[in-house]
Amino acid sequence: MTKVLALSEAIAKFVNDGDTVYAAGFTHLIPFAAGHEIIRQGKKNLTLARATPDLIYDQMVAAGCAKKVIFSYMGNPGVGSLRIVRSAIEKGQLEWDEYSHFGMITRLQAGASGLPFLPMNQTGAADLEKANPNIKRIADPFGGKDVIVVPALNPDVAIVHVQRADANGNSHLWGIIGEQKEAAFAAKKVIVTAEEIVDESVIRSDPNRTMISEIVVSTVCHVPFACHPSYAQGYYDRDNEFYLAWDKVSESAEATKQYLDDWVFGVKDRNEYWQKLGAETHKRLEVPDLMSEPINYGRY
Amino acid sequence: MSEIKYSSAELMIINAARLLRDGDVVFVGVGQPNLACNLAKRTHAPNLVMIYEAGVIGAEPARLPLSIGDPTLVSGSLSVVSMYDIFTNYLQRGNVDVGFMGGAQIDKYGNINATVIGGYDSPKVRLPGSGGSQEIAAWANRCYIMTPHQKRRFPEKVEFMTSAGFIGGRGDREKAGLRGGGMLAVVTDIGIMEPDESGEMMLTQLHPGKTSEEARANTGWDLKSASSVGTTDPVTESELRILRDELDPTGIYLKGAS
Repeated sequence: MTKVLALSEAIAKFVNDGDTVYAAGFTHLIPFAAGHEIIRQGKKNLTLARATPDLIYDQMVAAGCAKKVIFSYMGNPGVGSLRIVRSAIEKGQLEWDEYSHFGMITRLQAGASGLPFLPMNQTGAADLEKANPNIKRIADPFGGKDVIVVPALNPDVAIVHVQRADANGNSHLWGIIGEQKEAAFAAKKVIVTAEEIVDESVIRSDPNRTMISEIVVSTVCHVPFACHPSYAQGYYDRDNEFYLAWDKVSESAEATKQYLDDWVFGVKDRNEYWQKLGAETHKRLEVPDLMSEPINYGRY
Repeated sequence: MSEIKYSSAELMIINAARLLRDGDVVFVGVGQPNLACNLAKRTHAPNLVMIYEAGVIGAEPARLPLSIGDPTLVSGSLSVVSMYDIFTNYLQRGNVDVGFMGGAQIDKYGNINATVIGGYDSPKVRLPGSGGSQEIAAWANRCYIMTPHQKRRFPEKVEFMTSAGFIGGRGDREKAGLRGGGMLAVVTDIGIMEPDESGEMMLTQLHPGKTSEEARANTGWDLKSASSVGTTDPVTESELRILRDELDPTGIYLKGAS
């Protein structure tokens, strides 16, 4: 049974106002197309969870989709401040729940494993533990040092972009894999967006590369170039110029609104967005091939 | 021989690179720490293993990485693993020798604030937060930081402890049972500070032409000097050439601030 839907249908069907959404991807494979579709559909009161909110959540917060963020590093990677999320927090307009990267992914790992919580070793830096009641210290029942525990995070929806998936959602991804797998297994519903939808035989040709199983996937959307200005390893490069440009755009509410009008509301879908970027940008983000050596699974 | 000219950033990067040993497994950050590690690898530490918190092990970036998750880190690396694996199997398990830290403030005991200025619940300036640094500071064997020597960056006590140095003194770090050795060097544009037996950062080396008065005037606590303060080796033409021509040819991290 195919689970393929248009991205607009998938967002309408699986993302509800008030949901906790985890749009996965550590710098790599960030699902911007889905974020933009959520903005276009005017979803509200979302809790947006990501280790690094990145520009995608800056834009979603600017568009008024969010009531809360859960994060572990709030910056514009390689550039500086994530201005809109930061300013909303400083002005008291946005709730937040904060961890270290390890705390954040440990929450997801607990969620993905079906556990109520997971322990981590102590770090000696107790200020976040004092500030966040979700970070607790408990005795090691086996007599060692106290450990720090964080509760499972089970998002209502995870959005995970992959290089290739079959129509049922079995997904191959490579390059930086961040917290993609944990987010998918932790979430109640999973939207996979893919650069390519491939035949199941392609997935079966390299089963070790299948990081996400059809068992947990709700829907699959074919969305080439879904990550821009982030990237898909081997498909297109990260648009660092855009990350730098956003630093300026996000300084002003007017420029941000203009951006959203032009590049989110002003286009129908990701294909229109990609065409609007133009040939020069396409060319700039092209990546020469670097193939891996094939491996032999053997015919048994 | 004509005098070699260099920026404060180049001075700090070169001195930070010299702290790395051949064969070290180092947790690298983007920007200046990345340049320091790549410089060390191309000079005295060819067997340096660079780990990036995005999950890349043994990266050999062909171009200057512009973010912690730059695709150039992946292509040609030894291994790529999930974030959970990098923080557990590699860092928490004790497989990382060196952590390069960053942060807005660093205090007398080498503690770092990368979280907030003003109260946590009503922040005056909200900084990015921990990222990987809380755990790197706790579990890497040796931690280093490079930052311009300015009073506002070196308060007596950080307003928020994102990552632990020696906390309130060496005994505190031992009590907390952290596996790593803590903040072992703060490289600035004036010199190098290292912890004394109590864990307090003291001035141990000055860059050529710098004075301990300058260092004291730009430090927020009563900065002590080691019984004999050394002088760092002069920056060499070859270190500068690698930095400028090979690693950061457009000057993204070598120019600009500091």
